[in-house]
Amino acid sequence: MELYRYTAHEIRDMLRNKETSVPELVKACLERINQVEPKVKAYVTVCEDEALRKAAEIQKGFDLGEDMPALAGVPMALKDNMCTKGLVTSCASRMLDNFVPPYDAAVVNKLSEEKAVLLGKMNMDEFAMGSSTENSYYKQTKNPWDLECVPGGSSGGSAAAVAADEAVFTLGSDTGGSIRLPAAFCGTVGLKPTYGSVSRFGLVAFASSLDQIGPLTKDVTDCALVMNAISGHDPHDSTSANVAYPDYTKALVNNVKGLKIGLPKEYFGEGINPEVGKTVEKAVELLGELGAEYEEFELPITEYALPAYYLISSAEASSNLARYDGIKYGYRAERFDDLIDLYRQSRSEGFGPEVKRRIMIGTYALSAGYYDAYYKKALQVRTLIKRGFDKAFEKYDVIITPVSPTTAFKIGEKAEDPLEMYLSDICTVSVNIAGLPGMVIPCGFDSKGLPVGLQLIGKPFDETTLIRAAYTFEQNTDYHKRRPNL
Amino acid sequence: MNYETVIGLEVHAELSTKSKIYCGCTTEFGGEVNTHCCPICTGMPGVLPVLNEKVVEYAIRAGLATNCEIAKFSKQDRKNYFYPDLPKAYQVSQYDLPLCTNGYIEIEVNGNTKKVGIHRIHIEEDAGKLMHDQWETGTLVDFNRCGVPLIEIVTEPDMRSAEEAKAVLDKIKSILEYTEVSDCKMQEGSLRCDVNLSIKPEGQKEFGTRTEMKNLNSFRSLVRAVESESKRQQQVLESGGVIVQETRRWDDNKGVSYSMRNKEEAHDYRYFPEPDLAPIVTTDEMVESIRKTLPELPDVRRKRFVEQYGLPEYDAWLLTTSKFLADFFEEAAKISNSPKMVSNWMMGDMMRIINDKGLDYDAIPFTPANFADLLGLIEKGTISGSIAKTVFEEMFTSGKHPEDIVKEKGLVQISDEGELVGIVKTVLDENPQSVSDYRSGKDKAFGYLVGQTMKATKGKANPQVINKILKDLLK
Repeated sequence: MELYRYTAHEIRDMLRNKETSVPELVKACLERINQVEPKVKAYVTVCEDEALRKAAEIQKGFDLGEDMPALAGVPMALKDNMCTKGLVTSCASRMLDNFVPPYDAAVVNKLSEEKAVLLGKMNMDEFAMGSSTENSYYKQTKNPWDLECVPGGSSGGSAAAVAADEAVFTLGSDTGGSIRLPAAFCGTVGLKPTYGSVSRFGLVAFASSLDQIGPLTKDVTDCALVMNAISGHDPHDSTSANVAYPDYTKALVNNVKGLKIGLPKEYFGEGINPEVGKTVEKAVELLGELGAEYEEFELPITEYALPAYYLISSAEASSNLARYDGIKYGYRAERFDDLIDLYRQSRSEGFGPEVKRRIMIGTYALSAGYYDAYYKKALQVRTLIKRGFDKAFEKYDVIITPVSPTTAFKIGEKAEDPLEMYLSDICTVSVNIAGLPGMVIPCGFDSKGLPVGLQLIGKPFDETTLIRAAYTFEQNTDYHKRRPNL
Repeated sequence: MNYETVIGLEVHAELSTKSKIYCGCTTEFGGEVNTHCCPICTGMPGVLPVLNEKVVEYAIRAGLATNCEIAKFSKQDRKNYFYPDLPKAYQVSQYDLPLCTNGYIEIEVNGNTKKVGIHRIHIEEDAGKLMHDQWETGTLVDFNRCGVPLIEIVTEPDMRSAEEAKAVLDKIKSILEYTEVSDCKMQEGSLRCDVNLSIKPEGQKEFGTRTEMKNLNSFRSLVRAVESESKRQQQVLESGGVIVQETRRWDDNKGVSYSMRNKEEAHDYRYFPEPDLAPIVTTDEMVESIRKTLPELPDVRRKRFVEQYGLPEYDAWLLTTSKFLADFFEEAAKISNSPKMVSNWMMGDMMRIINDKGLDYDAIPFTPANFADLLGLIEKGTISGSIAKTVFEEMFTSGKHPEDIVKEKGLVQISDEGELVGIVKTVLDENPQSVSDYRSGKDKAFGYLVGQTMKATKGKANPQVINKILKDLLK
């Protein structure tokens, strides 16, 4: 098998057994990038020289027989909204096209301590706003399973790269489904951890109360390995949870006996493509055969989750993105009359249409006279949604739903209709609103040969139960082993 | 018609914490431009704030010293607006759940004590500074001040005159100095004051429409702005106009205010809870332990000065407005035999010289002990009171010890009668007219002759000895 196809845990063993070397691995991935990138377009930056330099350095550790971390030498890539010192961090926006951060994000430091090798930065929807990666300032990332389809978004580059073996694993960020939707569309494993379990320091903010960094990997074992590396309390992030973090690999257990699964009716009904619904149901039946118990239940307020999400996330975004004003860094218009015009022109030219739309929605929702009707109401819905999940989790260990109403759609199909596009997130946003962990694994393919994802939702900080259920499913299926033909 | 002025103050004070409110940068004033900043306080993409716990402690101290209730649960909010000195384009402040509420302070005006309500005290971050003049092609920004912690103290509209407004600002300033919450240097901008003002016909209960006056950076400008704005509002009403609710900017050079009605000021701040920060939760134990660290506050100290040192009410009040002055007094009084004399000199010559020179109290170049020594020289008769004034002036210039000045300049008082008799005789010979005037009953002439003798001795003669000699010789 080609070197670029291996998982992180396979690489870990191979490097220890001296079956390969870090430079060989990194070269193989860089060659793979050269080979398929013209078709997939997942990367916005490839840092070849630095990756090779790092690879040689890390190999020395293996050669000297040092005690190496689990992810040592594993080639990986980051969504381009995580700050990397000295390396452009653009958020796929013209606004930050020239922005070189003077510091590293907390996750970058952690992966650097783990001695993972950074291959480059991934394409995304501008400022993580979108469900298809069509909102990138740079390029359209393609779905490796069908190059005419979108990879999902906003972490489309991160998911496509893993599916196309252009990186062993990647990190994405998820505000309303931005890890899970592309993971589902591209047939990879994706995890949005519990809010507060991965530091947001250095993640360029979209919506602070919803954003969370998480892994996109080739299988569940890798997901656990990456979670071990990136989770933990960070005193530099006031929303980071100061709790005991588990060894996630301990949850890699092929056993779901007695696991109680809840299936919220609202997620399987109208609007869900029947093929998707059926594939997910079949996956649940398999878990049932393996010893899990499942039943349908009602999860109220679900219908209000999407509007609440778009109000809260846009309100926060309108404030978070106000700092891009052309004064200190980033894009500044060449021509302007005065200060106000400098702001107006720089922001008009620097932001794309979807970002402007969200800023306007958010500004409106926070405005005097509308705050109570929109933002405040959305926060009330948030409380009710949390309560609904709390109640459900009194009864169930895991909630299972589809990830999106459809499989990957055609490029351009929804680009002109923002509302249609927003509906792609209908199954994922509640998880962010409630701050819960949400995991996606591939659970089958539709008649067009496109991957179908399964979403597992857990109690706060109970990623281990999700990993156990996902691992059990994976051990009894082979969807995760299939690769697109590129 | 007689109008009554209704005044409320919004006082911003920079806290004396060592580091900024959300990052570890120093709060020191006067550093090289853009050296006291980091990715966090300059609002780089992706950075997050962490609240400096000292800020909460200092704000609670200010709250307790002004008799406020301390909130068990309080939160921080974003105040959104665009300005180049505000790198995140929002200021983290507190909107509807401030840390301290519902307090009061007491002021004395014209011998009457008045309670003035403290509506709230909240914490927030300061902005940077624009520099318009140092560059030919445009404006530059200095972010050193960005993220320096502030408290905003909002009073109730309980003041009715410029005098009362000044007394309130005075009292707030001294409380913040005493509690070491802020160094309150108005000229460095660490204490700033906005005035909300309206007028109403005397006796009417409802308040009129108010205006907000900004850019008051001294007590003098506060007083002038209040007087000017109440006059302006009165003129508007009397000419049949209506007061517009607006923000005005005080121009201290011209002594007038201007409306700030422009695009930049037409704000809807779109406050919402800061999602990057957790709520502030305080406990009774925490508040009580802070209360225990509160020092003696100005009102208590003033009463003690009256009782312990026998100072007049006014002197005790003035000396205790400033913690520095009060400390200075007590240290000098400890050494001197006469606290009254210390107080008199401080209230008189010291205040006059400080005001003439425009000095900060903490720029006084000599110690309280040296000051007490000067007074000791007078008491011992080494120098006269009038020579002491010269020495005192010199102490302000050179900071030297009074004894050294007296020695260097040969200012020791001449009390030797034998030496002085000759000099007095010469003066009498030179001024026959005054001598005859005195003898014909014009007492005034006596003073003139004393003056001439002092002049002849360059002020060094002991006045009592001269009096005696003159009286003897003129008999």
